[in-house]
Amino acid sequence: MKNLIRLEKRADSSSTLNLLVPTCSVIMALIVGAIFLYVVGHSPIKAYSAMFKGGFGSMYGIGETIVKSIPLMLCALGISLAFRMQLWNIGAEGQLYMGAFGATWLALTFPETPAIILLPAMFLVGAACGALWGIIPAIPRAVLGVNEIITTLMLNYVAILWVSYLVYGPWRDPDGFNFPLTAVFSANAQLPTFGDTRIHAGLLFALIIAIIIHIAMKHSRFGYEIRITGNSPAAAKYAGMSTTKNIILVMMFSGAICGIAGMAEASGLMHRLHANFSPGYGYTGIIIAWLSKLHPAAMVIVAILFGGLQAGGFTLQSSGVPAAIVLMLQGLILFFVLGGEILTRYRITYHGKSKTVEVQ
Amino acid sequence: MDASFIITVLAAAVTAGTPILFASLGEILTERSGVLNLGVEGMMLAGAVAGFMLALITGNLWAGVLAAMLAGGMLALIHALLTVTLKANQVVSGLALTIFGTGLSGYLGKELLGLPLPNSFKSVKLDFFSEIPILGPILFNQDPLVYLSFALVLVLWVLLFRTRAGLNLRAVGENPGAADSLGVSVSKTRYLYTILGGMLAGIGGAYLSLAYAPSWMENMTAGRGWIAVALVIFARWNPLYALLGAYMFGAIDALGFRIQTFDLNISPYFLSMLPYLFTIIVLIASTRRLRTGGVGAPQALGVAYNREER
Repeated sequence: MKNLIRLEKRADSSSTLNLLVPTCSVIMALIVGAIFLYVVGHSPIKAYSAMFKGGFGSMYGIGETIVKSIPLMLCALGISLAFRMQLWNIGAEGQLYMGAFGATWLALTFPETPAIILLPAMFLVGAACGALWGIIPAIPRAVLGVNEIITTLMLNYVAILWVSYLVYGPWRDPDGFNFPLTAVFSANAQLPTFGDTRIHAGLLFALIIAIIIHIAMKHSRFGYEIRITGNSPAAAKYAGMSTTKNIILVMMFSGAICGIAGMAEASGLMHRLHANFSPGYGYTGIIIAWLSKLHPAAMVIVAILFGGLQAGGFTLQSSGVPAAIVLMLQGLILFFVLGGEILTRYRITYHGKSKTVEVQ
Repeated sequence: MDASFIITVLAAAVTAGTPILFASLGEILTERSGVLNLGVEGMMLAGAVAGFMLALITGNLWAGVLAAMLAGGMLALIHALLTVTLKANQVVSGLALTIFGTGLSGYLGKELLGLPLPNSFKSVKLDFFSEIPILGPILFNQDPLVYLSFALVLVLWVLLFRTRAGLNLRAVGENPGAADSLGVSVSKTRYLYTILGGMLAGIGGAYLSLAYAPSWMENMTAGRGWIAVALVIFARWNPLYALLGAYMFGAIDALGFRIQTFDLNISPYFLSMLPYLFTIIVLIASTRRLRTGGVGAPQALGVAYNREER
């Protein structure tokens, strides 16, 4: 009975399966989530419809969904750069906090500077702080091969504590009733929003960066080197590419984009800095990047779906179901995507007694 | 700083290091079989919440520990299914496990927030051993789970380096093809040790909610699962070194906590950063040492085994 079912590596990947597997994964995750909800005594139908309504059921809901998807898009885009080179940047969360920190520092220090100067400066400083948080783990990784998964993750905790220190301490708003937040930014330091919505210019940053990444990966020498190094480090070395330099550069850009996400959150949405302002955007970004197979356009779309999940989870909380269900569903989706990938990577063949049946 | 203060801090270091020790020991077993499980943080959280829940319902702490093992083992089973049978990417699967475990524990623990545990694990003086000068009060005036961790370090060391089963385990992690051809089932071994690893991570989590805190808080592991993963590299996949490393982290934790009682005017947020910064430094130092010779990671760590490609 042994080895009736065999796995053969596919030479090419089928694009139908590449779309089908993630879609089915999301559906399967929702089904398992529903079973879980039912078992612990919540009505899955009520919960899901409340979530859907919260995320996509009204103009306000859609607006909130897009607002939540902005940091998700930016984090996923940043993470995807590193993933292309097989670098596991799990530090997006910390890079996001550092970006928000950098932008806030400028906003609080130079509130009178005209917006046309202040906002670009906040953008650059936010990106630079995120980039710094990417470079710190990149150097030991590039030079000594120190595991970047753990170092990037450890820096998340450091960045979150750093922001907490500031908003509980030196930066606390004296008129803030002792809440852990800074004073509201001056109008000069606030990103413009679209109409009456809370959707801010951060959305444009995300879309432009998605386009730049798409073009750079296809048509630039740097993009080419990243792809080669990611696929085969040995080949890259043989071709004379400097892996050390590329690791540091990629982590720098990756961190910078996540830093921009933080700048946009502070300047476009919160208009101040809070303690613990992110519900794990940096981690959800990892799921989005993986689910989208690192395609920039797919990341934008998937980020909107996950933004809906986040916004829906928020409304769900008011109906008594803990918002942690959102995190659970995200984990489940990733489980099914991973499990389903075997179908895209391998051809499963059944070796019966005499004939071979192929399961496509 | 008198001797009694140092002894108090060191005893606190053992307590603070114990949850990390359990999780590290589990991850050592898992990684020795060639499976990298980055879901330790999630498994610890699941263990912490399951242990607390059962201990609260039954009033029996050991029932809580069993529940924690079960919870950690179940999550690890998902990882084994995905990475061993379905050959999924081990890094991403581990991350998914951490995200899922964080969500699951947050969900299940919502009702348990702030509840006190009527009885928690208390320290029990071991009559003879606690009389040993210096070491006695540090090591042998602890709770039963700490003693369990001592025993576990020895048992796992013997298992790994002095038994046939340990030899097979290491063979599967170093060269699964060779192990397979000698008749050792690669997937059975990997399933077994991944699940055992998850169970130990579960106990590590339960230690936090049943002995260290003792209560349930969302995300109460605060990165200890990740520190445990880093510690495995420091420990060179050896249980004995994991013990040393875990207490080193425990000492940082305990010191950070005690420094606040002095009038040093250092923000508690900076003190809380210490374990994370220390992890980075230790990891850099251990990687350097690994590169300059010595024992490295299991050769097949992180790589799915496919018999057809042997």
